[in-house]
Amino acid sequence: MLKATLRNLGAHKLRLLMSALAVVLGVAFVAGTFVFTDTLGKTFNELFTQTETDVVVTPDSAFTPNQTAGVAPSLPGEMLAQVRAVDGVKRAEGNVLVDGVTLVDDEDNVIGSPGAPHYGVSWSDDAALSPLSLVEGRAPAGDDEIAIDTQAAKQAGVEVGDSIRVVTPGPSLEPKIVGIFRYGATGNLAGASLTAFEPEVAQALLLGGDRWSAIDALAEPGVTQQTLAERVSAALGDGAKVQTGEEAQDEAAAQLTQALSFINTFLLVFAFIALFVGCFIILNTFSMLVAQRTRELALLRAIGASRRQVTRSVLGESLVVGIVGGLGGLLLGLGLAVGLRALFAALGIEIPAGSLVIAPRTIIVAMVVGIVVTVGSAYFPARRAAHIPPVAAMRDDIALPTRSLHVRAVAGTVLAALGAAALALGLAGAGPQPLALVGVGALLVFVGVAVLSPSISRPVVGLLGAPVRRLWGAVGVLAVGNAQRNRRRTASTASALMIGLALVAAIGTLGASTTASTDATIDRVIGADYIVLNPGFQPFSTEVAAAVAEVDGVGSSVGIMQTPALVKGSQVLITGLESGPASSVVSFELVDGTFESVDEGMVVDEETAKADGVAVGDTVEVTWLSGPQSYEVGGIYVGEGTFSGYVVGRSLVVAAGNPDVDFIVYVKAQEGVDPTSIRPDLEAALEPFPTVELTSQAEFKEQIRGQINQLLALVYALLGLAVVIAILGIINTLALSVIERTREIGLLRAVGMTRGQLRRMVRLESVVIAVYGAVLGIALGLAFGVTLQRALVDQGIEVLSIPWGLLAAVLVVAAFVGVFAAVWPARRAARLDVLRAVTTE
Amino acid sequence: MTAAPDQQPAAPAGGIAARAEALTKVYGSGDTQVVALDAVSCSLERGRYTAIMGPSGSGKSTLMHCLAGLDEATSGQVWIGDTALAGLKDNDLTKLRRDQVGFVFQAFNLIPTLTALENITLPMDIAGRKPDQAWLDRVIDTIGLRPRLGHRPSELSGGQQQRVACARALASQPAVIFADEPTGNLDSASGAEVLGFLRQSVDELGQTVVMVTHDPGAASYADRVIFLGDGRIVDDMADPTTDLVHERMKRFDVTGADHPATHPAAGA
Repeated sequence: MLKATLRNLGAHKLRLLMSALAVVLGVAFVAGTFVFTDTLGKTFNELFTQTETDVVVTPDSAFTPNQTAGVAPSLPGEMLAQVRAVDGVKRAEGNVLVDGVTLVDDEDNVIGSPGAPHYGVSWSDDAALSPLSLVEGRAPAGDDEIAIDTQAAKQAGVEVGDSIRVVTPGPSLEPKIVGIFRYGATGNLAGASLTAFEPEVAQALLLGGDRWSAIDALAEPGVTQQTLAERVSAALGDGAKVQTGEEAQDEAAAQLTQALSFINTFLLVFAFIALFVGCFIILNTFSMLVAQRTRELALLRAIGASRRQVTRSVLGESLVVGIVGGLGGLLLGLGLAVGLRALFAALGIEIPAGSLVIAPRTIIVAMVVGIVVTVGSAYFPARRAAHIPPVAAMRDDIALPTRSLHVRAVAGTVLAALGAAALALGLAGAGPQPLALVGVGALLVFVGVAVLSPSISRPVVGLLGAPVRRLWGAVGVLAVGNAQRNRRRTASTASALMIGLALVAAIGTLGASTTASTDATIDRVIGADYIVLNPGFQPFSTEVAAAVAEVDGVGSSVGIMQTPALVKGSQVLITGLESGPASSVVSFELVDGTFESVDEGMVVDEETAKADGVAVGDTVEVTWLSGPQSYEVGGIYVGEGTFSGYVVGRSLVVAAGNPDVDFIVYVKAQEGVDPTSIRPDLEAALEPFPTVELTSQAEFKEQIRGQINQLLALVYALLGLAVVIAILGIINTLALSVIERTREIGLLRAVGMTRGQLRRMVRLESVVIAVYGAVLGIALGLAFGVTLQRALVDQGIEVLSIPWGLLAAVLVVAAFVGVFAAVWPARRAARLDVLRAVTTE
Repeated sequence: MTAAPDQQPAAPAGGIAARAEALTKVYGSGDTQVVALDAVSCSLERGRYTAIMGPSGSGKSTLMHCLAGLDEATSGQVWIGDTALAGLKDNDLTKLRRDQVGFVFQAFNLIPTLTALENITLPMDIAGRKPDQAWLDRVIDTIGLRPRLGHRPSELSGGQQQRVACARALASQPAVIFADEPTGNLDSASGAEVLGFLRQSVDELGQTVVMVTHDPGAASYADRVIFLGDGRIVDDMADPTTDLVHERMKRFDVTGADHPATHPAAGA
């Protein structure tokens, strides 16, 4: 039997290669994701181990803000002296590390990777305590000097001796670059730009006086990290967090792992979708191979092979395909990881070459996934093969026993209904893992529809085929007939395509609805003509609002804060504003209390109030980085999408110790002044602030739309893999069908069908199958999309918008997919020798 | 090896439906070389029913395939009607088959996804032509399957399937119909039906039929039997009967195929 299995593999190399390719692509995605995130993790971990610091002292803030948001917790300067005085401390240095210090080149371009932080730091060349080392020039000294990292210098095209503009959360500067330095071994802090000042300058500029972001200490020989940490902790008392160097590194690494695991999960979801699609293709391929080998398998049975041996023989084949697919996927995954690394390098995050991390876990997962997916998918065809009666060897009219489609129809409907229920429950937030429930639900719906699909394929394909029949006559009739012929085959080939396209349609609908809802919210809430914002959502100096206010024709220029804080145990962004100026540019509808009361305390939106159990007159404790404060709720307003949450009077926010910076500035022209006429003056007034951008209300909507579209494009690209795998499936089905129909093709050629007509017939069959898959996909995707939108009404996605253009494009793409997938099988069919085809057994 | 005559022969006379001239077909080369047809020349008259007989390996199927434009001869020339097949491009050859030739194969004659009627009109549908309705009706009435026209092949018996195949071959009024063992897979009653129908199509519809068979009974339906042995025409019998054909075939077994007939075939 082993020999028979191996011979078969040899005989069907090409067909098995196609199904192996489906496994390869899915596994490559899995392996690539692991290798990439492992590599990223190692690189970042190395960043934390650049110094020999034994004890790290950091501010003991109530929480670690998710967004830096210009709020940098810090330690009082005198603590450095206290640390130095501790017995066993050999050396100690304070350092400053604050986000939002941006280098700007002559063309007003911000230096650094998009999305990466822009740190301002204090200079230290203590090799044991600081990862910075000079490459060129000297250390900065005085108000007027800085040193920058090599990457930033390269990007800005500046050298030692040049001047460069530096925009800080406070003032803008134009200091001289006196030094260029490297960060640790890799030279760069994961794409962040670094601007170093003399320590005293950094303290004054970034922390508002003699304060430090952290203090690093080195132990005397013989004093352990643990001992020293205890002594320092005892010396400082409350108000500071003391960690050993090791603990600090572990904590940083843990945070990183969490961030990476998000990327990991995100990519693995798509890998899973790809593998899921691959399952359909493997199942289909093996079903067809078994059907074609009916006589051969019956012969094996006739000469004494047991059912189990036949099953094992087919499963053996799938095992080899799985191993080949797993290995191929692993190799391709390495390539994929290299590609991702190149992508990151292009974004300015250098990951040193030659250090791809291939963990044993990656290899094991890749192989296990490859084998389990293949053998698991081949199990059903293998079972069916065992039921071929030996007598089939003698007769050629015995088809494989097939279960009634009624059973399938019922099973499919039940599965889809279960899936829909799970989906609905998940979206309603039931269970401990609602998101997982949504995923499982969607999966069940897909499987259910795929199982159900053969029962509906004949009428639906007939309907879709009607224009094909009319337009292409006999060739069209034959093509549609072929597509309707083997319902299971057509259904599972189409299902593979359905999955990818359904997700595209669902995500597209969600995206369009989000855009439409945001537009509607902006129209309702924002009464301003212009908005000033940092593209990276970093806070900026209040000088901006002041400068805008002085422009002729400006009626109001209102800055609004966003400050991180803890409320009722969860971290939120609290909006800080003054009711008077704010109500001229944004409008909130109050359901209770007054908006003006915000100046004396806080207002909160309806949803949040309900969730947190807060009413007018209640007192709510807000834990700022600087510590807790309580405010009285004076009003409840109607939340509008992103305009929601707690709002506290601006003066109160600043009084609580938060830096007085703006997150957004709303600008409104004076009554009777055409907003477009003041734009040039506004642009001029904002010249000194290159980190902020002026956008009109329409442009602001466009920007948000652009961000959503960017995210959608990424998701579509990742779903593209599932579509590519589905294309492989169509190619495989068509190629196997062509082989199966050799005699029929010979007959058609004998009675006068030209090669061109034959090719067209295969092409049309392919298009009909692909479009059938697309129609199923669009229908399912729309259902998913609408369900998602309904479920997210409370999250501000209140408008349903169906992207008809996208759906039409999906249909057109599916038709092209059909044409493309048919190229090779059609050529094969046309090349068949007529005589050999008619006389073939 | 005999070469085709130097001078291009004139187009076959009005009475000839298909003609072969010094047709040679060689498979393989060197030691494994097999001569399937050895300079065969023959003319098939219009409006007649010709059977080609011979033992296995005599080249009868190869002759038919070459005459029908399904196979290419190594040398020699074939005409169907006035058209010489040599040098025709695949597309022209395909159109010639579609318009001038009808086929009935031993098995697998019908496209399973099409109804009986759709199968009958298939060559014309492929050509994008409307069938001649009066002729079509006549053909359908002759095969006697009008009530089953809407059925798929899987819903027809083997004999019915072959009759539908015959109707398809006839429907476009081709110059010649080639039938390759058309009764090979049928029981004798169904076989007789099909053979009778082919006979009828010659007598009543004026068609030309060339049939390859190894069954003397089947050959007896023909007007003429050409006997092939080892790639050569060894005998040519007019107005055959089952017994006469049987007798002639027996001689292959006794003398082997090496000996061409030295005396004229018996006949009426």
